[in-house]
Amino acid sequence: MPKSSDEREVIPRPSGASAWEERGISRRDFMKFCTATAAALALPVSLVPRIAEALEADGRPSVIWLEFQGCTGDSEALLRAANPTVGEIVLDVLSVDYHETIMAAAGHQAEEARLKTEKERSGKYIAVVEGAIPVKDGGIYCCVGGRSAVDIAREVCGGALATIAVGTCASFGGIPAAAPNPTGAVSVSEAVPGATVVNIPGCPLNTDNLVATIVHFITFGKLPAVDGKGRPLFAFGKRIHDNCERRAHFDAGQYVEQWGDQGHRKGYCLYKMGCKGPETFHNCPTQRYNEKTSWPVGAGHGCAGCSEPHFWDTMTPFYRRLPNVPGFGIEMTADKIGLGLAAGTAAAFGIHGVVSALRKGDESDEGKEG
Amino acid sequence: MARNRSCLYEEYVWEVPVRATHWINMLAIIALSVTGIYIGSPKTLGLDPSDYVMGWVRVVHFTAGYTFAISVASRIWWAFVGNRHAGWREFVPFLYPEGRRDMGRMFLYYVFISRKVPHPTGHNALAGTTYLLVFILYLVMVGTGFALYAEHAPGGVMHTLLTPLYALFSDQGMRLTHHMVMWLLVGFAIHHIYSAWLMDVKERGGVMSSIFGGYKPVKRGE
Repeated sequence: MPKSSDEREVIPRPSGASAWEERGISRRDFMKFCTATAAALALPVSLVPRIAEALEADGRPSVIWLEFQGCTGDSEALLRAANPTVGEIVLDVLSVDYHETIMAAAGHQAEEARLKTEKERSGKYIAVVEGAIPVKDGGIYCCVGGRSAVDIAREVCGGALATIAVGTCASFGGIPAAAPNPTGAVSVSEAVPGATVVNIPGCPLNTDNLVATIVHFITFGKLPAVDGKGRPLFAFGKRIHDNCERRAHFDAGQYVEQWGDQGHRKGYCLYKMGCKGPETFHNCPTQRYNEKTSWPVGAGHGCAGCSEPHFWDTMTPFYRRLPNVPGFGIEMTADKIGLGLAAGTAAAFGIHGVVSALRKGDESDEGKEG
Repeated sequence: MARNRSCLYEEYVWEVPVRATHWINMLAIIALSVTGIYIGSPKTLGLDPSDYVMGWVRVVHFTAGYTFAISVASRIWWAFVGNRHAGWREFVPFLYPEGRRDMGRMFLYYVFISRKVPHPTGHNALAGTTYLLVFILYLVMVGTGFALYAEHAPGGVMHTLLTPLYALFSDQGMRLTHHMVMWLLVGFAIHHIYSAWLMDVKERGGVMSSIFGGYKPVKRGE
């Protein structure tokens, strides 16, 4: 970091700037946050002043945080946000007007706060949705304040400037939507087809990605570029496998063969233990979780593919490379079945060959000998 | 055609592109299967993190994959410009009555009901149909293979071109398909070598040597 005196010359400081310092966030920490967010967004350093300026300006966007069929894991992740802390996010970056878990109001008061924002900030607030939305049987499987989740989501997301689906459940249906999906759970974009939705999946999501998305929105006035699954490219544009700290062991041919073996202790590649890094797009290896402390593969456990659609159905079994073959028992791997197929073919043609060899009197209908 | 007035002559059946793609496919499939099995369930062969065992195995796999794809594409092209034995009609005998009759005769011989060994000049009708299925499996392998390969560069040209495949398969489903079809092709290879040997013995038409030299002895009335 450059000296703070230099920064003051470069970066204009509108009125909002002092608010950060009043709350005990030093200028240095604030600039560190701006730089870290720029890095998370894969933006050049030259845009850091622009981010700082946007965050210092007045006009924090109002946020309505809805929670439906979820485990509050994404809220938990938010509460543990370190960069910035949740206090900074809630007080300084956003105006979170409604969040069932952290808001002081309850009951009708809480619902009033939501309705007030919807009405007064119509078309200007950001809706954040956590959890899947059940649509079966009129959506009765998840109701808040007597109204169904799908009803509330259509109202709130429909009137929002943009909707951010946080976590895999809101993004793709996640665990509630896993087979047999008894409640008919769907993602936010499926439940509210017309809404502008950006998906930030993950189980839980990485709060850094949520903050970066919001900062991008505040700074540039638009949501970041997304991939085919509606996920921001800055966070989901690369495969875990391709940025993994254990990748060198994969290329070298060094694998954990068993939990706790020598390879596991030496930090070898978890490919054979069913790691889904090669099929999962997320920035876990670079961004990491919990103050960038660690992430699953870093901690010695394979990736479960949690940020991909239908991961509970398609990425299982989590400790095997390949899915089970439909119609076969769970102990049958694709290779065992394939080997059986090849052996069966060889046996069948072997028998055919023996019969053919013993069989006399075959005649070629237009054979040479006539 | 009176039998005593017929005589044998050598007919040029398999043109160079047919034989070349046949052997390139064989070599590529062997290389792809061996390296593919290692990629699917590797053993710890690297002694040092600076080794590159999996790296090289993957290089061979991808190179063989490109070779195979080009070979398969060339053979498909040749099915439209080559001679009649190489032509696409050989692979869809079930579309016309004569082909269906030939398929039936061949089938009856295979299941030991008939003792007459059909002796076609090009592919026998049942083999032609099998090769249609095999080429569909080839295309599945090429498609899923490149789709899995392209994931290292999402948004790249190859990834963008293969977008329909990502919609068709889940990522793990694509891996499983790529894996299982390999075993189907291994099963096909066993069947293919056996049947070629059987026909070489029984129909005495020199089918084995024809895939090396291209010529088959055929009878012709004078």
